Amino acid sequence: MEKTNSKEVFIAPEKDFIYRFQDNTLYLSKSLLLPQTIWLTKKIPKEIRSFKVKSVVLNLDELQNIDSAGVMALFHLKDKLKKMGISARIEGGSKSILEKIDLFSPGHLPAHEIPVKAGFLERTGDAVSYFFTEFVFGFITLAADVFYWSVADIFRSRSRREGEVANQAVLIGVNASLIVIFMSFVIGLVIALQSSGQLRNFGANIYIVDLTVIAMMSQMGPLITAILVAGRSGSSIAAEIATMKVTAELNALKTMGLNPIRFVVVPKLYACLITMPFLIIFANVSGILGGGVAAYIYLDITPEIFTNRMALVMQNKDLITGFVKSQVYASLIVLTGSFFGFRVERGAEGVGKVTTTAVVVAISLVILADSILGLLFY
Amino acid sequence: MNKEKVIEVIGLGASFDDTVVLSDVTFSACKGDITVVLGASGSGKSTVLNHLLGLIPVEKGYVSVLGKDISNITEAEQLNLYLQMGVFYQSGALLNSMTVGENVALPLKQHSNLPDSLIEEIVYMKLGLVHLQHAFHLYPSQLSGGMLKRAALARAIVMDPPLLFCDEPGAGLDPVSLASLDELIVNLQKQLGISVVLVTHEVTSIMRIADRIVFLDNGIVVFEGSLKNALESDIDSVKQFFSVINEADRYK
Repeated sequence: MEKTNSKEVFIAPEKDFIYRFQDNTLYLSKSLLLPQTIWLTKKIPKEIRSFKVKSVVLNLDELQNIDSAGVMALFHLKDKLKKMGISARIEGGSKSILEKIDLFSPGHLPAHEIPVKAGFLERTGDAVSYFFTEFVFGFITLAADVFYWSVADIFRSRSRREGEVANQAVLIGVNASLIVIFMSFVIGLVIALQSSGQLRNFGANIYIVDLTVIAMMSQMGPLITAILVAGRSGSSIAAEIATMKVTAELNALKTMGLNPIRFVVVPKLYACLITMPFLIIFANVSGILGGGVAAYIYLDITPEIFTNRMALVMQNKDLITGFVKSQVYASLIVLTGSFFGFRVERGAEGVGKVTTTAVVVAISLVILADSILGLLFY
Repeated sequence: MNKEKVIEVIGLGASFDDTVVLSDVTFSACKGDITVVLGASGSGKSTVLNHLLGLIPVEKGYVSVLGKDISNITEAEQLNLYLQMGVFYQSGALLNSMTVGENVALPLKQHSNLPDSLIEEIVYMKLGLVHLQHAFHLYPSQLSGGMLKRAALARAIVMDPPLLFCDEPGAGLDPVSLASLDELIVNLQKQLGISVVLVTHEVTSIMRIADRIVFLDNGIVVFEGSLKNALESDIDSVKQFFSVINEADRYK
């Protein structure tokens, strides 16, 4: 049977909303509120199209109630029909319905602005320029500020926060010592364990001492310590400063005439510079101890032989290298944590973001610095 | 003519640990009115609001919102009630990780099957009502205090709720922004025909927008009635509260 353009439709589940199509007119009755708008956006356009009409009138005479979603859906239907080649106009409606339509009419809405997408070269150029100006230059500027205030702080002890360096030393150094000792012991043990099989094959058991001591003192000890401190304290420094910025504490410091870098960053830098060498010594000792345990168990090297050989292998240079590395790593960790902490944007989410970035960047910088220092002190 | 009650509170009591915050709170709010719950700091205003919002369970007394007894309500009924109310928080409480447009669209996206294009148009229109269309793509951190409040208001009314709760909407705003926000609330209330329950202690705001006053003092309602009657009240705490206006008049 061919469809006519006269059809009456009653929607059973939606008792609050009735529509019918008759003589090129869509009559909407009762309420057109948010739950009912789905009919106007989904079903009704399809039905009108099936009648193959050129124009349609949307009659609101029987409509008793409408909300903003209903008004928008009405205009949405009109636009949709237009795209189908069917012209539509709204007619009728009580005073209150017309007032709502007037209030919620989308006629004054501005057209959506479609941002012009930059080309590949432009985007690459922008990204490189942004990286150098925002990150490299920003990091260098912060480093210069921190260096200035850390030197200036030595000569202005009166206005220094009393006990803050000691407090930070406990947080950054003392509280990290157990995890550093434990991890270094395990790593020293594993290095010696993995090497013992190979050395035994060549009858070079005694060289397990050389391997463990050199590996721990010149590379593994400082590196493990720096990675652990970056993960533990770097994140905490970034989160603390970021939270202070978000809660306007940094602004409060500034308006009180206090320099945030001196007040917040410098004590952390001092604390990290002071405690890092000790942490590296702990890491070296426990790593070598771990290697000694493995050497005793797997290669029958007694503690006496181990210590005698160790005295021959150890060099002052390794101690100096370890100290220099400790100072470089400490500076990198504190500077990276502070840099990203100061860059926080968008509240709570931003704090999480800068904290993660600070840890990743700090560890990457530490490894990069380790490679450079490794080459310099080789 | 008796107006329909959108909120009815009878004998509401609340205490935290051993501290009694509300003793015997009784009041009602009528359809189409702006009812202002006011009182000094610590008088129990926020506790009353949190009860009305279902954030604190009613342990003593009777509380009805839009005809629903919320002291004995299921989770599904509470959710249904939330869809019929908009809440405008003191801090705006916009989600910082989303743009203003996304924030305002959030309730519609969660609770309707409307196509995204239509939701976007509704959001544009609602932002237009609070004069904030230009902020559609901005993040909350890029807005001023006044803009943040207006964006929060747009989110509160996006579902066309019959009932709007406002928790200290003017807090932290300068007098000009506060006046403009008050005007906006009054206009929206008239245009949308919604009922508003507003908690505040901003005297200037109260003078501009209140239809009815509920005055709390030490956890009890000491006055309930029209603004005119409140200004003429003989109750000490009410008189003291509104005396600020008289003091301001002296400098005119």
